[in-house]
Amino acid sequence: MWDYTDKVKDYFFNPKNSGVLEGADGVGDVGAISCGDALRLMIKVDKDTQVITEAKFQTFGCGSAIASSSALTEMIIGKTIEEAMTITNQDIADFLGGLPPEKMHCSVMGFEALRAAVANYKGEEWEDDHEEGALICKCFGVDEGMIERAIRGNHLTSIEQVTHYTKAGGGCSTCAESIEEVLAKTNALMVEEGTLAASEAFDPSKVVRSSAKPGQPKVSPLAPAPKPVATAKLTTLQKIKLIEQAIEEIRPFLQADGGDCQLVDVEGDVVYVQLTGSCVGCQMASVTLNGVQERLVEKLGFPMRVVPVKTNH
Amino acid sequence: MRPVYLDNNATTRVDPEVVSAMLPFFTEQFGNASSMHAFGASVGDALRDARKQVQALIGAEYDHEIIFTSGGTESDNSAILSALDTQAGRDEVITTVVEHPAILSLCEHLTKTRGTVVHKIGVDSMGRLDLEAYRKALGPKTAIVSIMWANNETGTLFPVDLLAEMAHEAGALFHTDAVQAVGKIAIDLKSTEIDMLSLSGHKLHAPKGIGALYVKKGVRFRPMLRGGHQERGRRAGTENVPGIIGLGKAAELALKHMGEEQTRVKEMRDRLEKGLLQQVGSCFVTGDPTNRLPNTANIAFEYIEGEAILMFLNKAGIAASSGSACTSGSLEPSHVMRAMNIPYTAAHGSIRFSFCRDNVEQDVDQVLENMPQIIAKLRELSPFWQGDGSAPAEFNPTFA
Repeated sequence: MWDYTDKVKDYFFNPKNSGVLEGADGVGDVGAISCGDALRLMIKVDKDTQVITEAKFQTFGCGSAIASSSALTEMIIGKTIEEAMTITNQDIADFLGGLPPEKMHCSVMGFEALRAAVANYKGEEWEDDHEEGALICKCFGVDEGMIERAIRGNHLTSIEQVTHYTKAGGGCSTCAESIEEVLAKTNALMVEEGTLAASEAFDPSKVVRSSAKPGQPKVSPLAPAPKPVATAKLTTLQKIKLIEQAIEEIRPFLQADGGDCQLVDVEGDVVYVQLTGSCVGCQMASVTLNGVQERLVEKLGFPMRVVPVKTNH
Repeated sequence: MRPVYLDNNATTRVDPEVVSAMLPFFTEQFGNASSMHAFGASVGDALRDARKQVQALIGAEYDHEIIFTSGGTESDNSAILSALDTQAGRDEVITTVVEHPAILSLCEHLTKTRGTVVHKIGVDSMGRLDLEAYRKALGPKTAIVSIMWANNETGTLFPVDLLAEMAHEAGALFHTDAVQAVGKIAIDLKSTEIDMLSLSGHKLHAPKGIGALYVKKGVRFRPMLRGGHQERGRRAGTENVPGIIGLGKAAELALKHMGEEQTRVKEMRDRLEKGLLQQVGSCFVTGDPTNRLPNTANIAFEYIEGEAILMFLNKAGIAASSGSACTSGSLEPSHVMRAMNIPYTAAHGSIRFSFCRDNVEQDVDQVLENMPQIIAKLRELSPFWQGDGSAPAEFNPTFA
């Protein structure tokens, strides 16, 4: 059981401002049912004073998601848009007397919903305004901007924290490297700006990867000497042939769902593939990739990693 | 209000009779069974009796086929590691996508560190094994097949008798993680071709930290823990005497109450399930309803999330569990729900109620009284709920 504060429990069991707000001036939707939580924030705004006069929410999610949503509505009612926009996700968490670290993404969801609702009120265009590739975590639909804001707003310095705050990387985790890049870049900027001590900043060179690198497999003291890995025996051409063969076997299943998969490149134990058709942007793409990976490992008999490459439109 | 415990697949209450049987072995008969004096001898006799009690519960032919371990995880790990060491020329493992982490995490580790090829057989939307894929995966490289007897989340039973025969045709060993099945359904190992079976004490009213691995006579076994000669050299370490005595007593009681599982326990489960399906719309039973444990009901409620349901249930004094992401601290719904392709609209809202012989009809009443209003309240909060169970409301997330 999570260690929720009494205030979180209170806002969960007796949520304030829940339900549909008829005639809302701004509506912000964030999250998705596939991700396990989703929040719709609805606001009414006084045109003259820009004061948020009413706010309601509907949330699909766990206890802390519902409590964070309700807390957010309480915090913004009576504030001007400008004042409300200064509220950070940490403010929401503080209002509730704190959230377990793994649940901080619930407060970030509130923060993002407010931005979306205000944008909607102002009539701004938000439709997919990020550059291609800016969507970092495809499992949970998290883009670079959101990760960057969470890092800056909460002084995050590790991948684990980024996952706790944004969920990014919590699914198939194939985006771990992209998150590292954003984290390193953002932390470096923060150090330059003087908002983060250089000693605390994320250091990519110290990252320990869980998957064994070829040539230096991690061995448990309990395990007998590892058998020679088959990699050495296969030429790249042989590998490619085996991989093509494996993909052929999976293809009918992908095509049945209107998708497809192409081999793009092989580098050592990394296999680059391109998912096309209905696989693109599908919430299950990570599961599909895992399936492809498993099939390849079976076929080739040594561990490898399947990495998706960007689709060219 | 009587607290209602319906999470018996997670763990069970230790039976008071089990506790009484164990108590003398802490302060009176505290000897080491290996010692050459009276203190040790009486303990040795008690261990023999306990082994026979476990033997009877699972229908093993010989009592020495039972190796006491620290629980299900140790048994599972020992079985697979032993097979990989003893099956000359065979280095592949076959298992399923819905196994317990005690199997899946070990397999992942073996793949990473030794390059072990692991075939994970899939299931259909009712959690039934893809027999064709299993047949194809079996081959001259297969060292061991490890397939659970009953799934912990849905209670779905796999046809392990048949699966073991198929494994033997391919010359492979067959192990089953029967942690959820032992004590709930009748098991007679001597009439099967199963080579190894894992069981865990705390799932059948014995304490935590005790379990057993059954290894059929004649099956080569290499121990995981090395040291003293306990358990005929197959599991070193001074015996957990009180735990073993407790497991023996629990096995005896389970056998005695076996009929009750199939009648009274099953009837309570069925009444709860029927009642919920009738009173709450937009929900369905997951797993194979015609072939599952008598004590387990797993129901997926659409458009709401499991942790929120559990928090309300807990407030109403009811303990259950969920396959939702949030309850575990992971971010995706359980691997079992995903393997069955349960739609995301419902996978996050799956709730497992698991009964045992301690439950009474009143427990079912209490859930039926509380559940409809809990579900209604959460659906009212959900942006996806349309009020009539129709397709989810339009939701347009923006990447702000």
